[in-house]
Amino acid sequence: MTRRTRALRVVLLVLFGIFFLLPIYASALFSLRRPGGGHSMAAWTAIVSDDQLYPAVLVSLGLAFVSVVLMLLLLVPTMIWVRLRAPWARRLVEFLCLLPLTIPALVIVVGLKGVYAWVTYFLGFIGLGESALALTFIYVVLTLPYAYRALDTSLSAIDLQTLAEAARSLGAGWTATITRVVVPNIWSGMLSASFIAIAVVLGEYTIASLMGYQNLQVVIVLLGKTDGPTSVAASLATILLGFVLLLVLSLATRGRRRHVVGGAVR
Amino acid sequence: MSQRPTERTPSDRSRPGVSVELTDLTRTYGQVNALDGLTLRLEPGELVALLGPSGCGKTTALRILAGLDEATSGTVAVDGQDLTSVPANKRDMGMVFQAYSLFPHLTVLDNVAFGLKLRGDDRTNRHLRAAEMLELVGLSEHSEKYASQLSGGQQQRVALARALAIRPRVLLLDEPLSALDAKVRVQLREEIRRVQLEVGTTTLFVTHDQEEALAVADRVGVMSHGRLEQIAAPAELYAHPATPFVAEFVGLNNKVPAVVSAGKAEVLGVQVPTLVGSVEDAGLAMVRPESLSVRADSEGTASITSVAFLGPISRVHCTLADQTPVIAQLTSSQARDLAPGQRVSLEVEPAPVLVVPAATMGA
Amino acid sequence: MAEAAAGRGRRAGARLREGAPLLPFFAYLVIFLVIPTVAVLVGSVYLDGSFSFGRIHELFSSTALAALWKSVLLSASTAVVGAVLGAVLAWLVASSPPTSVLRRMMLSLCSVLAQFGGVALAFAFVATVGSTGVLTLWVAHLGVDLAGSGWLYTLTGLVLVYTYFQIPLMVIVFLPALEGLKAQWREAAVSLGATGWQYWRQVAVPLLTPAFLGSMLLLFANAFAAYATAAALVSIGSPIVPLLIRQALTSEVVLGQSGFAYALALEMIVVVAVVMVAYTLLVRRTSRWLR
Ligand SMILES: Nc1ncnc2c1ncn2[C@@H]1O[C@H](COP(=O)(O)OP(=O)(O)OP(=O)(O)O)[C@@H](O)[C@H]1O
Ligand SMILES: [Mg+2]
Repeated sequence: MTRRTRALRVVLLVLFGIFFLLPIYASALFSLRRPGGGHSMAAWTAIVSDDQLYPAVLVSLGLAFVSVVLMLLLLVPTMIWVRLRAPWARRLVEFLCLLPLTIPALVIVVGLKGVYAWVTYFLGFIGLGESALALTFIYVVLTLPYAYRALDTSLSAIDLQTLAEAARSLGAGWTATITRVVVPNIWSGMLSASFIAIAVVLGEYTIASLMGYQNLQVVIVLLGKTDGPTSVAASLATILLGFVLLLVLSLATRGRRRHVVGGAVR
Repeated sequence: MSQRPTERTPSDRSRPGVSVELTDLTRTYGQVNALDGLTLRLEPGELVALLGPSGCGKTTALRILAGLDEATSGTVAVDGQDLTSVPANKRDMGMVFQAYSLFPHLTVLDNVAFGLKLRGDDRTNRHLRAAEMLELVGLSEHSEKYASQLSGGQQQRVALARALAIRPRVLLLDEPLSALDAKVRVQLREEIRRVQLEVGTTTLFVTHDQEEALAVADRVGVMSHGRLEQIAAPAELYAHPATPFVAEFVGLNNKVPAVVSAGKAEVLGVQVPTLVGSVEDAGLAMVRPESLSVRADSEGTASITSVAFLGPISRVHCTLADQTPVIAQLTSSQARDLAPGQRVSLEVEPAPVLVVPAATMGA
Repeated sequence: MAEAAAGRGRRAGARLREGAPLLPFFAYLVIFLVIPTVAVLVGSVYLDGSFSFGRIHELFSSTALAALWKSVLLSASTAVVGAVLGAVLAWLVASSPPTSVLRRMMLSLCSVLAQFGGVALAFAFVATVGSTGVLTLWVAHLGVDLAGSGWLYTLTGLVLVYTYFQIPLMVIVFLPALEGLKAQWREAAVSLGATGWQYWRQVAVPLLTPAFLGSMLLLFANAFAAYATAAALVSIGSPIVPLLIRQALTSEVVLGQSGFAYALALEMIVVVAVVMVAYTLLVRRTSRWLR
């Protein structure tokens, strides 16, 4: 590389750095402001103490957890089965998993208005009532494209067919083959899928707000009208948490060079 | 268009070969000495094969010659002219890579014409020339295809045509056949040689396959650890390896205890001449499997451990009285009656051998 | 005949057995993805037992057309700017060592900003260039009024914030194509006599063009469908389609608005689907080249 291109690189990196880091830095400063002037950590402690924000944090974390579990239960056995026994269904499964990239979350909300009543009814029936956990079912759909790619990558990296045949020839049934042999080998893919799903759920606003549930992002927007610093602190916290999750992931899967590709469902 | 070292018109058919001189090249990557004082001279029109184990610096040497990499020290000269400060795109060297270097967005014809286009040749001329080159490598009917529609062997032919189309001063081939299967390799290496003789371009051919090197080259240079061990014509290299490394690399894998006196070595009871560089007392003689003959002999001191049938030839693995393992290569008809466990006597053909100190060739 | 039928029967039986474990997955997606989507398609012309093109017709009212135009303007401008700047950033990332921590940090940050930011990005900009934003206060000393007349909460502001997430998205979708450029192509071009510039002009750019255009389309679709950022920033009026949908959804009691959301959602599906199909076609061509 010539000296000119190197200098150009440095200049460009600095410019991009300023553009991307300035709003984040400004958010940090802003979140430390005290209404009357001076600095305080009040906005940050509010995340775990504010009686409007903290419950929403818990709701979002709960949603993230339940969605990850449900997503894995739904997707992992399906993808393994498709590769092992039903390859004819592979394209269809892929198509369905990537479809949410093409169908905006907004559209799903509009469509659900009519269909969703019975889910709420069902939740009421099992005692969850009007709980925001009802959102889980749609959130799983939102996480599918990302989770599918992560799992697909790690499934492609192992010779699933041979592994399964070996296990079965040693006397393992299908359940044992999947839980005791395959899953331990795609652990990293499941971890990636889970981390990304967590990031998706913690950042989700569209569906929750339009369906009238109070998750983290909805409350952040509500707070924004009355308590700027707190809402900025909370939103910065979600970005940082997402950043840390993905960074840990990329450091943990060192050497593998696949990225999470895809359009956002915002 | 930029100035080129020599002006040419599209009509001049072939240029006389040029000489190439690499002098005392070193190249270090951090701690690694990829090249460590490499000196190599190619005569005009000559094809030299660079042979050596993986990581010995062959690619590095080639890339420095092409200007794609810079030497830490040492000089590169072509036709007596120092090229050290000439950038790669002004060096006029045609290069063929290991694999997949065709531009995927261009047709075969446009790939071959690419260099001519850069040189400002007009469309008719460059297409004529490209077609001529495709003819030379026997791919005329594929000129409108894209790289992804060709087999590996065909792609490498196109790459060769593309490199030759610019009438390079030097042709550089970096393991051009290693991604191909055995049959195509043999076919294509012969084709490369034929084409090279036809156009007369000085050529450096890097490979780690000794058979390939011996088959196509005027001279073969054997490299190890960033330096040249020996450079000689194939037959010479084969018959008279200068160092133990070369001897072993060109297929002399038997090390038989020998005693040297007065320029003669006694190997398996036979007096044979020694090569320059041999030790003067007891050592190990490096003997090629095909120089050994095996005779069933119940009094023999050697015994057969196994016989491997390889079609026309067979390899007989034996152990000598002192447990030294040796391999003899016989025609399969000679080996027909030999069986593992049998006692045999071994004989070595009285061709000159290299005798090395026992210590250097340890495990 | 009978045997063939029996064979078919057995095969169908095998299919059934193979397919059964996939049922939960398919059922789930039908309920939570396919049915809502179909509901939108149907609902736009058929609602509460009556069939009507009135809602589709309403898409051509001046309000709806204005929103569509602004949405397209917003999506197109941020797609173009995001694609160009994102490609430059992707080049910077691609030419840094693949194991460097800086590179991993950049990619993780891109991923977060591009895909999971939504509301947070809106607030980051409020905190920066809003009326009491950090940067606004800094430059106020210099006599510059950065917050101006509240431009951040209008289409202009959306362009800025959208660009902020479009650039990282471009990095993520375009990087694989850039990394697919093989070192041999550059070296082959150079040894054939190309200058660095000629290599870019005649090899790299033509090779990357489909991927670039494809990525730009993806960015367009992404911006067109984005909701959270706009919803968090703009509380008055509904300048773009997603916000118009919000309005239609939240004020369905208003007469005449009922069901309009379906028509708007249909419009959104159509635009995004068309763009995504074009994207897929372009990317397919690139992946054949840059394998
Ligand atoms: N860009 C580089 N950075 C660091 N080390 C390098 C680089 N290129 C080559 N090397 C090192 O230099 C040495 C020689 O490499 P070179 O590629 O020339 O070997 P080679 O003889 O072509 O091997 P092969 O037969 O495997 O192609 C190796 O030890 C290699 O690890
Ligand atoms: Mg090499």
